[in-house]
Amino acid sequence: MGLATAYLSLIVLLPLAAVTWKAAKSGRTGFWQVVSDPQAVSALKLTLVVSVAVCAINAVMGTVIAWILVRDRFPGQGAVNAIIDLPFALPTIVAGLTLLTLYGPRGPAGVNVAFTRTAVLLALLFVTLPFVIRTVQPVLLELDRDMEEAAASLGAGSFAIFRRIVFPNLFPAILSGVALAFARAIGEFGSVVLISGNLPFKTEVASVYIFGRIESGDAAGAAAESVVLLVITFGVLLAIGTLRRWTTRHDRA
Amino acid sequence: MAIVAQSVTKRFGSFTALDDVSIEVRDGSLTALLGPSGSGKSTLLRVISGLERPDSGRVLIEGADLTRQPPQKRGVGFVFQHYAAFKHMTVRENVAFGLKIRKQPRAEIRDRVAELLELVQLAGLADRYPAQLSGGQRQRMALARALAVEPKVLLLDEPFGALDARVRKELRAWLRRLHDEVHVTTIFVTHDQEEAMEIADQIVLMNRGRVEQVGGPRELYEEPQNEFVMTFVGPVNRLGDEFVRPHDIELRLEPNGESERATVERVVHLGFEVRVELRLDDGRELHAQVTREECERLEIAPGAEVFVRPRHTRVFA
Amino acid sequence: MHRWLLRGLGLGYLAMLLAAPVGVVFWRAFEHGIGPAWDAVTTPDARHAFYLTVLIAAIAVPANTVFGVVCAIAIVRRRFPGKGIVNALVDLPLALSPVVVGLAFLLLYGRGGWFGSWVSDHGIQVVFALPGMVLATIFVSLPFVVREVVPVLREIGTEQEQAASTLGASPLQTFARITLPSIRWAVAYGVVLTTARALGEFGAVSVVSGHIVGKTETLTLHVEERYQSFDYVGAYAAAVVLAMLAIGTLLAMSVFRPKEATR
Repeated sequence: MGLATAYLSLIVLLPLAAVTWKAAKSGRTGFWQVVSDPQAVSALKLTLVVSVAVCAINAVMGTVIAWILVRDRFPGQGAVNAIIDLPFALPTIVAGLTLLTLYGPRGPAGVNVAFTRTAVLLALLFVTLPFVIRTVQPVLLELDRDMEEAAASLGAGSFAIFRRIVFPNLFPAILSGVALAFARAIGEFGSVVLISGNLPFKTEVASVYIFGRIESGDAAGAAAESVVLLVITFGVLLAIGTLRRWTTRHDRA
Repeated sequence: MAIVAQSVTKRFGSFTALDDVSIEVRDGSLTALLGPSGSGKSTLLRVISGLERPDSGRVLIEGADLTRQPPQKRGVGFVFQHYAAFKHMTVRENVAFGLKIRKQPRAEIRDRVAELLELVQLAGLADRYPAQLSGGQRQRMALARALAVEPKVLLLDEPFGALDARVRKELRAWLRRLHDEVHVTTIFVTHDQEEAMEIADQIVLMNRGRVEQVGGPRELYEEPQNEFVMTFVGPVNRLGDEFVRPHDIELRLEPNGESERATVERVVHLGFEVRVELRLDDGRELHAQVTREECERLEIAPGAEVFVRPRHTRVFA
Repeated sequence: MHRWLLRGLGLGYLAMLLAAPVGVVFWRAFEHGIGPAWDAVTTPDARHAFYLTVLIAAIAVPANTVFGVVCAIAIVRRRFPGKGIVNALVDLPLALSPVVVGLAFLLLYGRGGWFGSWVSDHGIQVVFALPGMVLATIFVSLPFVVREVVPVLREIGTEQEQAASTLGASPLQTFARITLPSIRWAVAYGVVLTTARALGEFGAVSVVSGHIVGKTETLTLHVEERYQSFDYVGAYAAAVVLAMLAIGTLLAMSVFRPKEATR
């Protein structure tokens, strides 16, 4: 056990501490200066807006896809289920390249979103695809069909059944998936790097901004922005976790 | 006739759950669908409720042919073996559900729910969640929920199957009293013949997708129409082609007429009754049921010699 | 019927976002035939990148597997102060941006970093060299084995292990003969996920490696480098290699997946 904790602290805590330290070293004013730099603010804003949008889209599409995988039957269902994990298996740079190839300047579809904010959205949708699906699937599988039948016998039509019975029971799982997707989206780098063109103030996300600061030798600036990103991530995760616990209060006997 | 099923057949793949089943249920009665597992009783109930569609046959409720209607439109209340409680809603919200769907005014819903919770004795637990209730309480909630929308017919699928023995007995009697108060035509499914015999007005005994016999508890017990009915509804001794109930075996210390000699192998005291396990001279085994006084009077003990004579036997063609 | 609407919506979304893009990359790679693609992927730089990627994974995956199993057992079966924190820490790498991870390692082991002087005094080069890349990869692929094994260990319970000890087995024997076999599929699945992550790492390694072509470039960095140099065939060919590794990973995931997620 001692070995495990030693390994853990070495690998995980130290890096985190180093970044926080570096950010703190520049003092309160130094930190603020870096963080309120217009380019940094723009990158952060873009990252947040797109991440939230991506989470919203995933909440809906993820549930839809989980539904057709669990409640429906069609040929090739197993293959579709396997392919959902592609964003986990595929390196992010390759993911970016594939999207660029299809939806970029020489794409066969005639659609070109390279160097636009849509490109960032697209890349983040790709890498966050599996999260909500995989958290919702097991819950949907376990869901007691009796409740839906009871609702039908009490007069509820299919939409009412979904709205009043199924959805409230799926909601906590959707929240879990959204939390994972948000954490992933907000820090995503590899898939965005090629397709967005990384134009400052236009399509530069926070992680690319940080990368830029590192390449320019401004480690302090990079660290400061990193800390901001971390704080936001943890804040959002905490909020979602609390909401989730509140929505499952009925489970605690 | 409140409910009529006509020639209902239902297959699941190659398995025939219901084979040309027809039953009639009187308005206001409490009917039991009784039978072993796989007899089709739950399937029949679900066909009547609309949760299953029959392959052929008709279902009529209060004279209207509802065979093609979904459960929402049948006006049936359904209670499930495992309660099917809406676990994310409070007891109050559960019971109010059907009324909310029908968009009844808030005040009316409130009053009706309160009335029902009183009826099922859950008034103090209205704001709890199902996870915080016992099994018996959950089932009472499920009943209140089904009754809230004033169904024409109440259907219960092994309602007490998931509860332990003592609670089961209590709720069984409670259901009968509730029925007497509310008078809704009720059908319940059970595999427990004691339960059916105790509370039903009419029993439909099923086996392997067919109806074996329909009648009151007494009729089924005293005038069974075939071997299955007789053996299912009560304990039975088989002597060749003849069937005898244990309490119809007369024990004496002296031979008389057709009585045969037997040795007592074991005496089991079951409270008021005593079961006497006997072996006839030719090796066949019987068990008889006598009262405590008879047992003492005849001094029945293992190894003793007695003479047995069956009072009523039945033979089936 | 709702069913067709949902099917169309879901499958259409997946086709547009996943299937089509990947299909097009394969097409582009072999657009000019297999020859040029093969040549592009067998240049010395490409070969070195492939070799480096595999080497890093070969170090990171076993390390994280051993750690993962030990850590999972500690979390599920032992009491110790700060267990909740350990649990949260294990998940930390999933919440951090890879670029931040790379930055952190630069700050630790780079010139002027916390261990910077210690490291250079001992003549070891960590950043802009293999060790740094290995460390960064270990970090980002840390959680997977732990997270897969923990729920399985919880569900199995301790009864079998207790039975073994009453029959005379030592803790080590119990571990080897009872515990390990009962978690082997969870471990296998975790290993598959860890390997996929290690092979596909880009951001952290990009920062830590200094991308010195032919020396500290992994295959993922190589894809980017080729693309930025307008060698599209080279970029796509390398991407195809990685995509095929990914598809292999997907197949392995389907095989080892713990729960049935459709019917």
